[in-house]
Amino acid sequence: MMENLLNKRIKSISPSGIRKFFDIANQMENVISLGVGEPDFRTPWHVRAAAVQSIEQKGTSYTANAGLLELRKAISRYLEDRFQLEYNPENQILVTVGASEAVDLALRAIVEEGDEILIPEPTYVSYLPSVVLAGGVAVPVPTYESRSFRLTAEDLEKHITPRTKAIVMCYPNNPTGAVMELSDLKAIGEVLKEHDIFVISDEIYSELVYGITHTSIASLPGMAERTLVINGFSKSFAMTGWRLGYAAGPVELLQAMTKIHQYAIMCAPTMSQYAGLEALENGLSHVKTMVAEYNQRRRVMVDGFRQMGLSCFEPQGAFYVFPRISDLGLSSDEFCTQLLQEERVAVVPGIAFGASGEGFIRCSYAYSLDSIREALRRIDRFVTHRRRVSSNAAN
Amino acid sequence: MRIEILQILERDSRLTPAEIGVMLAIPQEEVEAELEQLREENVILGYHTLVDWEKTSREFVTAQIEVKVTPQRDFGFDQIAQRIAQFPEVQSVFLYSGDFDLSVIVEGKTIKDIAAFVSDKLAVMDSVESCKTHFILKKYKQNGFLFEGNEADERPAILL
Ligand SMILES: Cc1ncc(COP(=O)(O)O)c(C=O)c1O
Repeated sequence: MMENLLNKRIKSISPSGIRKFFDIANQMENVISLGVGEPDFRTPWHVRAAAVQSIEQKGTSYTANAGLLELRKAISRYLEDRFQLEYNPENQILVTVGASEAVDLALRAIVEEGDEILIPEPTYVSYLPSVVLAGGVAVPVPTYESRSFRLTAEDLEKHITPRTKAIVMCYPNNPTGAVMELSDLKAIGEVLKEHDIFVISDEIYSELVYGITHTSIASLPGMAERTLVINGFSKSFAMTGWRLGYAAGPVELLQAMTKIHQYAIMCAPTMSQYAGLEALENGLSHVKTMVAEYNQRRRVMVDGFRQMGLSCFEPQGAFYVFPRISDLGLSSDEFCTQLLQEERVAVVPGIAFGASGEGFIRCSYAYSLDSIREALRRIDRFVTHRRRVSSNAAN
Repeated sequence: MRIEILQILERDSRLTPAEIGVMLAIPQEEVEAELEQLREENVILGYHTLVDWEKTSREFVTAQIEVKVTPQRDFGFDQIAQRIAQFPEVQSVFLYSGDFDLSVIVEGKTIKDIAAFVSDKLAVMDSVESCKTHFILKKYKQNGFLFEGNEADERPAILL
């Protein structure tokens, strides 16, 4: 029965090869983890209070499909203040159930059977299945540690074909922490314009940058009309559980996405929308405090891995470091499985983020400094032990 | 940089200059020199551990005493406040604006100890006009740390 019930697209999405590792990690007790892509901070108190107040005193019914107009106006002001992006709150902004929904809506609105969608790799795990479910073909574009995991015009161009319709970009990047600066984006923008390729720009980590300012590709001349900006509250305001995000872009695309959203979702949760409004209006100082703290942890992590003699690219965004473990003679899956078994530390094998993630591990610093230090001590012990074992084997 | 070092130490005074240096991306020697300076200037007065005594077998009571005093010519409140601060049972002394002048935090083994301190030592001092004693029943938060409600990290070990 089930054999015939499920469509071929969902069946074509195979479970991750490292599912087994995830299951063991999530069931093991007393694990020190650097494995989670979610802030350890709680949502700022005033934001939580605003949500409670909205439940007590404001609406508990649906909002407009596109989201509360007040919230869309606040988003519009925020995008202009922070990233010099101009969007009309009436018809260019859609409030969604997390950035996740926005990614899915965008792909469903754009992709036709067989369209190729470029995905720079290593990549956040949800883009590829979303492309496949929309009927498209995901085309990975590898990025390299030697180029700070930035997407180069050259590598981009190599993967463009007549069927290429769009690219999903994610900077600051999960899992590498890479960012794209203005000059990088300019070069990419030229190629995209030349080949008439649309950009879905997932900027969910835009607030979490260190020592640089975030530049949205949509702010470059001639790019706003070919870019959908996706952002949200999960990472910047530590609001993952509220399920609140948004998309901003060209009117026609927003209309199409709103159509799908209206039938599939109706609207994002009303109380979350009021919380989001409070976050944008009064929460930016908390973001600053969290960023300052992430930055200190980031330095401790990079320093820790380099002290172990591992190559660790210095990320300037998000809350991940992506050290290279390939010279220890283990695959990323083996490294993580053994590390978990021997030292009870959970980190994510780079292979989870695509073939070009092999040889690396993703370690999140959305953890207290105490946990980070303890995890680093244990990883150091593991790495030292591994090196001794392999040099003995060589002798 | 000074402020950042102090903020880091105020939250965790165990950190070494090397560790602080990494966190702020400055050389260890610079942190050491700055700390030296801070101690010399008495900006850093000490390092202490925040203890939840409720969880131990040690029995004692803490009271906050609101004290009204007559300010003294030439010295204002400083002289009387400094004299009160000399008593070993006094934990803290702060000057307040508003209905009273000094807040004096006192520790004792029993309520009786504190009553004796107030009546025999504090209330009889020259220029102390009145004392109002409040006993602390329970602590919820101190120096930025919660005593309860520090939930364990409930996130799974791995989440992409
Ligand atoms: C790159 C990226 N995009 C989107 C999301 C999901 O965000 P949201 O909670 O807004 O759906 C995540 C969460 O890990 C992410 O890392």
